[in-house]
Amino acid sequence: MRKFQFYLLLFSLYTIGFGLFFYKFYVLGFPLSEGSEVDIWNVEAHITFDAQNEPAKISFFIPQNTQNFLILSENFVSKGYGLSTSTVNTNRQAIWGINRAEGRQDLYYIVEVNKIKFKKFLDYSPPSQLKQHGFEGHRLLAAEALLSDVQARSADIDSLVVELLKRFNNLQHDKNVEVLLGEQYSIERKLELITQILALSDIHARIVNGIELKELVKEAKLIQWLEVYTNYTWKSYGPFLAKPGIPDDYFAWWRGNDPLVQLAGGNNLHVNISVGLKQREAINAAIKRGEIINPWLLDFSLFSLPIHTQIVYHMLFLIPVGAFLIVFLRNIIGIETFGTFMPILIALSFRETHLLWGIILFSLLAAIGLAIRLYLEYFKILVVPRLTFVLTVVILSMAVLSILFQKLGIEHGLYVAIFPMVILTMTIERMSIIWEERGASVAIRRGIWSLAAAALAYFFMFNTYVKHVTFIFPEILFIILASTLILGRYSGYRLFELFRFKELVND
Amino acid sequence: MNFRLIKRLRKMGVMGVNRRNTWYTLMYNPRRLYSLVDDKLLTKQLAIKAGIAVPELYGIVATHHQIRDMHTLFKQYPDFVIKPSHGSGGNGVLIMSGHYKDMYRKLNGLLMSKEELNNHVSDILSGIYSLGGQPDKAMIEYRVQLHPLFENISYQGMPDIRIVVLLGVPVMSMVRLPTRMSDGKANLHRGAIGVGIDIAKGVTLTGVWKNDIIIEHPDTGISVTDIKIPKWEILLKLASTCYELTGLGYLGVDIVFDKEKGPLLLEVNARPGLNIQIANRTGLLQRLKLVEQHYRGLKNIDERISFAQKNFGAQNISPHKINIRTFFSMDW
Repeated sequence: MRKFQFYLLLFSLYTIGFGLFFYKFYVLGFPLSEGSEVDIWNVEAHITFDAQNEPAKISFFIPQNTQNFLILSENFVSKGYGLSTSTVNTNRQAIWGINRAEGRQDLYYIVEVNKIKFKKFLDYSPPSQLKQHGFEGHRLLAAEALLSDVQARSADIDSLVVELLKRFNNLQHDKNVEVLLGEQYSIERKLELITQILALSDIHARIVNGIELKELVKEAKLIQWLEVYTNYTWKSYGPFLAKPGIPDDYFAWWRGNDPLVQLAGGNNLHVNISVGLKQREAINAAIKRGEIINPWLLDFSLFSLPIHTQIVYHMLFLIPVGAFLIVFLRNIIGIETFGTFMPILIALSFRETHLLWGIILFSLLAAIGLAIRLYLEYFKILVVPRLTFVLTVVILSMAVLSILFQKLGIEHGLYVAIFPMVILTMTIERMSIIWEERGASVAIRRGIWSLAAAALAYFFMFNTYVKHVTFIFPEILFIILASTLILGRYSGYRLFELFRFKELVND
Repeated sequence: MNFRLIKRLRKMGVMGVNRRNTWYTLMYNPRRLYSLVDDKLLTKQLAIKAGIAVPELYGIVATHHQIRDMHTLFKQYPDFVIKPSHGSGGNGVLIMSGHYKDMYRKLNGLLMSKEELNNHVSDILSGIYSLGGQPDKAMIEYRVQLHPLFENISYQGMPDIRIVVLLGVPVMSMVRLPTRMSDGKANLHRGAIGVGIDIAKGVTLTGVWKNDIIIEHPDTGISVTDIKIPKWEILLKLASTCYELTGLGYLGVDIVFDKEKGPLLLEVNARPGLNIQIANRTGLLQRLKLVEQHYRGLKNIDERISFAQKNFGAQNISPHKINIRTFFSMDW
């Protein structure tokens, strides 16, 4: 029972830890290293028209999150215009309005989008009423003939759509297609006909207008593809592909046959979409993504805290990492230090002083304190007064050292003031007791090990990766918890113990 | 990493600190019972109640104002020992071998003034020697008289016999002999000698001193092996009783040998050290595992002792095949 509970606990802790970690890493794209950057597409739509000194109203379709892309931010730049956004059918639409405008007008819509690795956004919105096919006379006959011909060659909706696309792309010469197309063979016309033919066999289909986010262009070309409602979801079909699906860099803008922008009260309407690329810190992009994909996760994360509190936790989360290192050093390696967590606290102060200066300053203070403490032994002072005396001496020494380093112009020396003096005092006290009881060599050796452990903890805790990962992925602490539990039942030899028992084997 | 060394140590059943803690002290010694052995005064009172012989307690100094009065107590006794009730590793123990005018003579012959002694006792009370530094009491007790058997193989101080007991079964034993280096104290880390004792017969084996295997006492040059400890069965019995006395499953019992009073229980240790394995040149694990397999069938102290003597004699060095393949103890 105890074993079961133990393993259950381990399993839960590891599941939470690794689960959250991989979710954030793979799905939300939180970066493993600090300062890594991701590509953000910066899409700018520039609408121009000439106003005629009368009220003007511009309706403009705007994009929403797609299967492949997430919108991180959007901006409307339109001086003097009133703006409202609404959802029309399945499209988002922005409407600018102004009472009186004169001359050339410029309106901007800027959107930042980021490609997602996992296609998890399937469009499940149910279709509206089935579209009227609108065929009459000989065109209806042609459409019906084409449909039955294609149906005969296809097993399901997928192959039906693909077959239709093939016919319309003239991959196979078809008389019926010629009748239906007539003189116009633009892609829009072909796709429109396909939706009509699909409507004939009761299949919902619609045209999607979008752009390709592939390279930087000043004037992006609008492209069209098909979406067909099948298996309760909308599936995309590229017009030139012989199989279902669209390229990953197709960014859907709006659906249907309506033009992108419509104007009432003006002329010379023109819209230009340009695509730019910019680098954004991966972490910010991930947070944005998280807010969209999984809002509650980010709501209960450290990022919801004020910055100064975040900084505190940035530091606090490193302490368990250091403590775990100490567990390893003590129980697996078998080194002995003064005070269990003393090396971690010393390591924290090394961050300010830097390692070399930290070690020098610490040794200096410990030596001064130890000398005073050993001298005090002569007077047989009681414990608490003795500790107070040493503490005061330590602080005075700090002050003296600070002044001295200031005069000498050694900047790092000033950081001596951040050493945890209580810890230092306790270290001195413990060291002096060992010194008295077991001799100077044991005391000095243990002191050196303590400093070595502190230096190791410093390297470990303030490694940029460790620092970054513990803050961005605090769930690492669950992994540390579980691993600590395991080490808590470690019953093998400590490395240093081997030296002690070596004598036993040398027969 | 020296994997061959690890392999050989495992084969010998040498127990490391981690195994002792995960499997023995943490499993068999409930935390709440630690106070019984950490406080030597409590242990002593418990032993007296159970009829176990201990060095006589002359008095206790519990508060600072009692320090002045203790000297009248000292006058009644030619020699005595002062020790902190919560001390460990022999720290703070003061052995007074006599009086000289208003002063006291220490074991090494040096004199100590009343004031110095007052300061020492005051140190004890303020907790310098106690675990965790909490306030402590000073015990004043009978100074054990050196048994002639040990006269030539101990330098000043008092040798003591350590018996490790699991679930009431004595598993391994050694005698610790003070040396000049250990300043008359019987603690191995201070430089005392540890000499293994054959559990079956009570005869000493080879010794270990500062990680070296030795046969002779470094100060006196006299052999420390093949010495028969008198009343060995009584010692084993005494050690075994400590299981019932304290309730601790895994413990080290320290016994001293008085010239007239015989074996006396000195103290009980809930986390006995591992050097006893070096002194005996064998590992503890095989013996401990054997006890864990059989202790349920052992009805009383006599059965436990005869089990120990039958199985843990010096000639049957690791006859028991045990399986310690794991590095983690996760099958409670």
